[in-house]
Amino acid sequence: MITAGVDAGNKYTRTVVLKDGRVLATGKVLSGFDQKKAAEESLGQALKETGLKKADLSYIVATGAGKAEVAFANSDITDVSAAARGAKFSCSTARVVVDVGAEEVRVAKVDQNGRVVDFAVNDQCAAGTGSFVEAMSRALEVSVEQMGALALQSTRTVPMNAQCAVFAESEVISLIHANTAREDIARAVLDAMAGRVISLVRRVGAEKDVVLTGGMANNPGFVKSMENGLAMKVVLPAGPDFIGALGAAATAAEKAVGD
Amino acid sequence: MTEQKKEFWRWKEYNWHDPGMDWKKAGVITCGIDVGSVSSQCVIMCDGKLYAFASIRTGSDSPNSALRALGRALEGTGMTPDNIHFTVGTGYGRVNVPFADKAITEISCHARGAGFMYGPSVRTILDMGGQDCKVINIDKNGKVLSFIMNDKCAAGTGRGLEVFADLLGIPIEELGERSLMEDEPEPVSSTCVVFAKSEATRLLRSGWPKERVLAAYCSAMAQRVISLLKRSGIYKDFAITGGIAKNIGIVSRLEKGLGLTALKTTHDTQLAGAIGAALFALSLASGAAGEQGQSN
Repeated sequence: MITAGVDAGNKYTRTVVLKDGRVLATGKVLSGFDQKKAAEESLGQALKETGLKKADLSYIVATGAGKAEVAFANSDITDVSAAARGAKFSCSTARVVVDVGAEEVRVAKVDQNGRVVDFAVNDQCAAGTGSFVEAMSRALEVSVEQMGALALQSTRTVPMNAQCAVFAESEVISLIHANTAREDIARAVLDAMAGRVISLVRRVGAEKDVVLTGGMANNPGFVKSMENGLAMKVVLPAGPDFIGALGAAATAAEKAVGD
Repeated sequence: MTEQKKEFWRWKEYNWHDPGMDWKKAGVITCGIDVGSVSSQCVIMCDGKLYAFASIRTGSDSPNSALRALGRALEGTGMTPDNIHFTVGTGYGRVNVPFADKAITEISCHARGAGFMYGPSVRTILDMGGQDCKVINIDKNGKVLSFIMNDKCAAGTGRGLEVFADLLGIPIEELGERSLMEDEPEPVSSTCVVFAKSEATRLLRSGWPKERVLAAYCSAMAQRVISLLKRSGIYKDFAITGGIAKNIGIVSRLEKGLGLTALKTTHDTQLAGAIGAALFALSLASGAAGEQGQSN
């Protein structure tokens, strides 16, 4: 049985095609301003890889901020459910799922059966989201990836007072003018971001295994800041930014059997 | 922001002095300097009457902004710093007024300045500044009873508006007027300036005129400020200080949402802190007992 999950995120729309419990193909496009079109393109990308057609899919589940625009989906689930399901799929010992998105951070506590028992969300403020890091990387005039690599070279901590992305940007510029080493600024930025995310984790309580998902999990500088802040190692699933789509595809498989 | 692109956020620095006043005849000349994170103000008073002032961008060079503001205020007056009897520094950067005789908190200075600008009936002062929003409640003697502040978030601050001016390509001084409209749109859904930016871009792409997007943002900002005011408690008379008090788009929506009219003044509301500081300087220079602000 073949199913698909489409995660219509604020920045990217990702697709995972699942066959008999294994990932067959993925798709990823910028969500842009036409979410409906992006969803089609994303699914199209994944299908092209496999030579399958939409009709070959038994069930499609959508998730993400733009899930209502995924016209071809059979049903949808929340971001938190998708992240939890996807994390559990990848890591059976997952207890806390930390999903850092472009505009939202979600933390879920799951029991041994993968059921969400508690969760916390920050969707009011850019601090701790991908947007924060992107703004800072513009101020530092590096890419987000370069920021991660730079941060790993830092040998000292520099305090960053601002929580707000707008103020933090001014703070970064002041630090640059004060000739602070770029690697120390990069680290301060990622530490500040991890700080925001961790305060959300504390609301549900950190417990092994903590699984980190979302685009930022691909950034080793950020991962290090998280592990330092939590005083714990985190689990990085393969393709961490596809976990939401994966969870949706796995849910689709359950629903297809159920129907 | 490249050199070629017009910088819509870059509000004009300005100065003024009273050509009809002869400062040489003054008894006590005092100076108040308010160094903020976004702008710095300097006010010169002759015997408690406003003689000259200047408002400049603090920029990244805050240690020197006090001197620059002073220089700007004195331009064309023939007065030199030596003629000033007493200087009080205030604002978050008050430690950066090295030549001040005393530093006094911005809360006290704003309360005092509001009294000068709006009269003795003021009880609640809303200060909307460059990077924070404060609500100060005072008693009939001008003593500060309580204050709360939002300085964690750019929503509802001058910085937030600068971001928007740039995004929409509207000069910051025009933001207020151009946001007024008959058919008021729904406010943008998130108050976060970072998110509002992407939401605004989406609206523009879907055909909304700039002014309508601006109105939606001003509406969201006003709502945020109103919830801050409600947390603090609002007592008549209500007055607004700080640069954003000059933004009719925000002020009119605040008044509508509160069902209250704010007191109006002919003075420049951005000068409230510096005016209060200059008045404290007068009390201290004259050795007057009574009104003493909190110093540090």
